[in-house]
Amino acid sequence: MTLPPLLSRLADPFVALMVPDRQADRVVPPSGPTAWLTTFTAGAMTFLCVFALALSLASGRLADRWSDALARTATIRLSAPPQQMQAQTDAVLALLSTTPGIASARALTDEENRRLLEPWFGPDLPVQDLPLPRLIEVVEDGQGYDGEGLRQRLAAEAPGAILDDHTRWRRPLAEAAARLRLLGWLSIVLIGATMAAMITLAANASLAANAQVVKVLRLIGAQDSYIARAFVRRFTLRALTGSAAGALAGLAGVLLLPAADAAGGFLTGLGFSGAGWLWPFILPPLAALVAFAATRRAAFKKLKELT
Amino acid sequence: MIAFENAAYNYGGGELLSEVSLRLAPGSFHFLTGPSGSGKTTFLKMAYAELMPTAGHVTIFDREVKSLSRDDIARTRRRIGVVHQDGQFLDHLPLATNVMLPLMVAERRGNAEDLGALLAWVGLKHLSDALPPSLSGGERQRAALARAIIMGPDVILADEPTGNVDWEMSLRLLTLLVELNRMGKTIVIATHDLNLIRQAKNQVPARVLRISKRRIQLAGADL
Ligand SMILES: Nc1ncnc2c1ncn2[C@@H]1O[C@H](COP(=O)(O)OP(=O)(O)O)[C@@H](O)[C@H]1O
Ligand SMILES: [Mg+2]
Repeated sequence: MTLPPLLSRLADPFVALMVPDRQADRVVPPSGPTAWLTTFTAGAMTFLCVFALALSLASGRLADRWSDALARTATIRLSAPPQQMQAQTDAVLALLSTTPGIASARALTDEENRRLLEPWFGPDLPVQDLPLPRLIEVVEDGQGYDGEGLRQRLAAEAPGAILDDHTRWRRPLAEAAARLRLLGWLSIVLIGATMAAMITLAANASLAANAQVVKVLRLIGAQDSYIARAFVRRFTLRALTGSAAGALAGLAGVLLLPAADAAGGFLTGLGFSGAGWLWPFILPPLAALVAFAATRRAAFKKLKELT
Repeated sequence: MIAFENAAYNYGGGELLSEVSLRLAPGSFHFLTGPSGSGKTTFLKMAYAELMPTAGHVTIFDREVKSLSRDDIARTRRRIGVVHQDGQFLDHLPLATNVMLPLMVAERRGNAEDLGALLAWVGLKHLSDALPPSLSGGERQRAALARAIIMGPDVILADEPTGNVDWEMSLRLLTLLVELNRMGKTIVIATHDLNLIRQAKNQVPARVLRISKRRIQLAGADL
């Protein structure tokens, strides 16, 4: 495998870390009480992270679904005296065909109107004899149209036409879902930062506890990078192990969420779907990377303090 | 190899060593003597860049120590074998690993035969697997010497290498150092054992540096 030079240079210490080097590892004595702290922290944080992810992805899906639904179609309701109805319908359709951002527009047929009303009035409704408004379905294209502009032009050309773009009541829902997704991602970042901070503390404690070892290593010609590596490897592997356990536990938790059926509404969506299932598996390597960076930074700083 | 030019050291309570000017020529053999607390260890620490002179200059392998980066210092120390007064071992690792440690941290391959030969040379082969805390004073000193020379250093600095060993062991250690000098190594031994110095003078043209009144001077033939 060949990596671009910069990438391979960045990846190098991380790759070196995965190559077993039992000898160098033994240079630092097996550590005491801070050892499990890193594993536990990584595990607990990953566990929380799985739920934050599930929440983010689920609310992301909701936000997309709702804003999709509200964005793609709108309805124009046209009320006019019967003899003017066709003329105004034509005027509105002509107007819509020249409005940028609208893919297509189509007046519902009487048949379709009847089917819409059937649930309320039964199948035998004489639609053509009732002063029903004409409904025009508007389908938006990818660009979107200017709703306010369209309303003004409709008022001028066909005073009886009212644009109903559903946005009034759906937008706050979509916004809330989007906000929830943002909060989910924010939690993930905070969890990552907390983990980095805890691992930094643990690494510092471990370095301080091994001050004498560090001193001897420096005296016999060890460079900081060599000493740091022994610590970094340890903490990275601990974080990886803890995080893998946390991810599995989190996944089990999500899988065991009671299945809510159609009536469950919002909760139905909580969990992962499709490629989303891959996310929890990215967490352990990510936690290892965070531990790697945090320990490395702490080690180089602490080594300068110690000797 | 190592040169001092008007160097001084001060731990904070006034200068312990002042106006030290001397150079250790390649292949030379020096003793450094003076009463306990006179600054022998301090001098050696300056010579391997553990302490920076608080005034004047120290040059190691033609480079001013204050201009060395941390990595430079590490690399410089690989060329200087130090027998520390207090051993400085990693107590959780067996003796053989401790002796090999300089090779390990320099990421150089050692070979087991050389290590075995070295341990045999200092008479510690049978203790390869022993942990440092279980060793006697003399064994520790010899282990420290073995570790000091495993990198094939140009300079060997020994701080009271015969500090807590009997006379017979002192002579053995001295013989090892004399042999190393004959191989061309530059040797400095800090000691207050005048008998050892007399013994050495029969074997090599050793010079004696004496610390007195914060200065380091070449002692006369009379000691
Ligand atoms: N880290 C230190 N801080 C303050 N004083 C020190 C330190 N190390 C040594 N000293 C003092 O410096 C003096 C010389 O010490 P040292 O160089 O070890 O002498 P020697 O090796 O000749 O016995 C002693 O008085 C000792 O107490
Ligand atoms: Mg001393």
